[in-house]
Amino acid sequence: MSTANYYVPAQSRWPIFASLALFMLALGAGTLINGLRTDSGGVGLVILLSGALLMGLILVGWFGNVIKESRTGLYSEQMDRSFRWGMMWFIFSEVMFFAAFFGTLFYVRTLAVPWLGGEGEKGVSNMLWQGFQAQWPLMTTPDMEQFPGPQAIIEPWHLPLLNTVLLISSSFTVTIAHHALKADRRPRVVLWLAATIGLGAAFLLFQVMEYIEAYQEMGLTLHAGIYGATFFVLTGFHGLHVTLGTLMLSIIWLRVLKGHFEPDNHFGFEAVAWYWHFVDVVWIGLFLFVYIL
Amino acid sequence: MTTLHQSVKQTEQHGPATGLTRWLYTTNHKDIGTLYLWFSFIMFLTGGCMALMIRAELFQPGLQLIDPEFFNQMTTMHGLIMVFGAVMPAFVGLANWMVPMMVGAPDMALPRMNNWSFWILPFAFGLMLSTLFMEGGAPNFGWTFYAPLSTTYAPPSVTFFIFAVHMMGISSIMGAINIIATILNLRAPGMTMMKLPLFVWTWLITAFLLIAVMPVLAGVVTMMLMDIHFGTSFFNAAGGGDPVLFQHVFWFFGHPEVYIMILPAFGIVSEIIPTFARKRLFGYASMVYATASIAFLSFIVWAHHMFTVGLPLAGELFFMFATMLIAVPTGVKVFNWVATMFHGSLTFETPMLFALAFVVLFTIGGFSGLMLAIAPADFQYHDTYFVVAHFHYVLVPGAIFAIMAGAYYWLPKWTGHYYNERLGRWHFWLSFIGVNITFFPMHFIGLAGMPRRIPDYALQFADFNMVASIGAFIFGFSQLLFLYIVIATIRGGEKAGDKVWEQPTGLEWTLPSPAPYHTFAEPPEVK
Repeated sequence: MSTANYYVPAQSRWPIFASLALFMLALGAGTLINGLRTDSGGVGLVILLSGALLMGLILVGWFGNVIKESRTGLYSEQMDRSFRWGMMWFIFSEVMFFAAFFGTLFYVRTLAVPWLGGEGEKGVSNMLWQGFQAQWPLMTTPDMEQFPGPQAIIEPWHLPLLNTVLLISSSFTVTIAHHALKADRRPRVVLWLAATIGLGAAFLLFQVMEYIEAYQEMGLTLHAGIYGATFFVLTGFHGLHVTLGTLMLSIIWLRVLKGHFEPDNHFGFEAVAWYWHFVDVVWIGLFLFVYIL
Repeated sequence: MTTLHQSVKQTEQHGPATGLTRWLYTTNHKDIGTLYLWFSFIMFLTGGCMALMIRAELFQPGLQLIDPEFFNQMTTMHGLIMVFGAVMPAFVGLANWMVPMMVGAPDMALPRMNNWSFWILPFAFGLMLSTLFMEGGAPNFGWTFYAPLSTTYAPPSVTFFIFAVHMMGISSIMGAINIIATILNLRAPGMTMMKLPLFVWTWLITAFLLIAVMPVLAGVVTMMLMDIHFGTSFFNAAGGGDPVLFQHVFWFFGHPEVYIMILPAFGIVSEIIPTFARKRLFGYASMVYATASIAFLSFIVWAHHMFTVGLPLAGELFFMFATMLIAVPTGVKVFNWVATMFHGSLTFETPMLFALAFVVLFTIGGFSGLMLAIAPADFQYHDTYFVVAHFHYVLVPGAIFAIMAGAYYWLPKWTGHYYNERLGRWHFWLSFIGVNITFFPMHFIGLAGMPRRIPDYALQFADFNMVASIGAFIFGFSQLLFLYIVIATIRGGEKAGDKVWEQPTGLEWTLPSPAPYHTFAEPPEVK
């Protein structure tokens, strides 16, 4: 354990305003969503966007504060370890968030749908929709009027394979950038970090193309029964995480351009790299269990 | 542990700011702990008023005071507020106050985030309570919000309920990360893991549980939101989904959540009993391993909440036996508490009274839990007042009594004054009697078949319901005495010394009472 003084920041205005911003986001989103059916969500949208703006300003200010403290040398090694533990447990919480949706997928595929199709001791539930055939992907839902199943599903060996290649390579490029940073070869850092951001952005672009194709040509939508629901919730939340990761990488890239980070002290960089690897690993799970199997 | 020489560097220290901004902008673990504890007490009274409305309606058979629709909103909000607003924030408040002092840290590991974790809560509960005034009323589907009651048949306010739960989840996860980082990284030199006070150990494991399951709760409410508003069919068999899926995901969160509300209570009691028995805690290492075992088992027992939903036989058996296994580490703990008291020089100050009541009454709740764990018997007990009796025994004289015990135990350290012992004992006995009059009869009416969450009942349940209602009002109003005692202690009273009690162990007792605003700026040496 380090015996150097641990830095305890003085009072801070950021958290209370961040709470307010979070409240505005929640209130705005709730009002907006509840108003969707009656077209009366306008107020909600205003609150939501103001909340988002406020949150954005706070994050810039709060992180700016932390960066400044770090660069003036207020943080000891012990502080650095606190940040590491914090980031690790945050990523673990994200893993559990995805675990909930993967668990849902496995439960539906191996238990719920076969039972609906009359299998095993819970096969009596087949009486609800007699003649329903269990299958996966579920193209014909029990109630095709309420939940019209998809006509086709995404072929794994086209866009998804390409996206897999893109994301896995981006994990390599960010590692190259990290090694370059440790060797203090900054032009290389700038280059390989830019490549990582480019790969992330390309992934997102292809993901959007895939969604458009799914909606317009395959009838694979949120309404398309449980296959569409699990498909979009898993790939959608992953996509949101890639978006956030790309944003974080871009900020790190700008900081490298500004001359931040030292070869032996760059936790901000490492945290983003960890996050990026996590997003990559989740994708491998998705590629396997959502697209291929 | 020898006397500590505190070298507080005046240049770097700042006392509390004055005025309201002290509480709004604070990064001090003691201030934030105080905020958590007061917030929790306000929520405790709010949820308590709702419970009293329920008990007033159930005083007599028939419908007298409130609409069945409003009754449902009360049972739902009472549960949600007590779980997420009263018990959990109280434990986080105690952790904020005590963990840094117990491990010899200057503050929590991430002080600004600590402030954020707290201040999210008033906003989240403001949002949730505001649903009471919305069109269609507040959520009315029970605190477990089973689909399709919470999806297809829910009032429009469910959307705000979902976002409020998201906010509480964010707060809990950040709070837990902070506590883990503090315990793992800010221990004073020499404070090895197996020297940690048990309150710290139980909180370390609790924080792990929180980080593991709060995201799952976020996942399940997100799927609800999508089913309600965006046309998915996670919990709708018409699209190939399954309402039982909701229960699986919910209870995967829900069962560890139950232990989140009891493990820190184990920790508090394990601090208090040795002090007032004037003996070292019996079986320290086994306490640590038992806590870890309980935490591990909490992940593989969730479906015992769903025995009657129609699980395959193999599932019923697995979850039945796994659940019964929990009795082993829990038994180890109860044994250790009793063995600590054996041949001790016991005295019965208020914290010890609450701790003793905890051991006895929590064990009663544990035994009824074992009865419920037996799948074939549970078919009879399920959704009756027996279940209500069971979980109130582990939560009220369990979790709440432990929180009260902790509050009395550490109040002199926080305020520098002793509480009024006479009034403290009055508070204890009134609470003890009130709790048992309220919840013990519920075992009988439950076994006789009275269903829970229904505002009316058959005539044969009338006597016991009347008794329970009287007990509830005794318990509820005696908490105002607690409020008075705490305020009186803050404002004055007999001065407390550093050690407060005769032979307490732990770093917190080496500090002056009241504990200075900043403590352990230089880490103490632990031998």
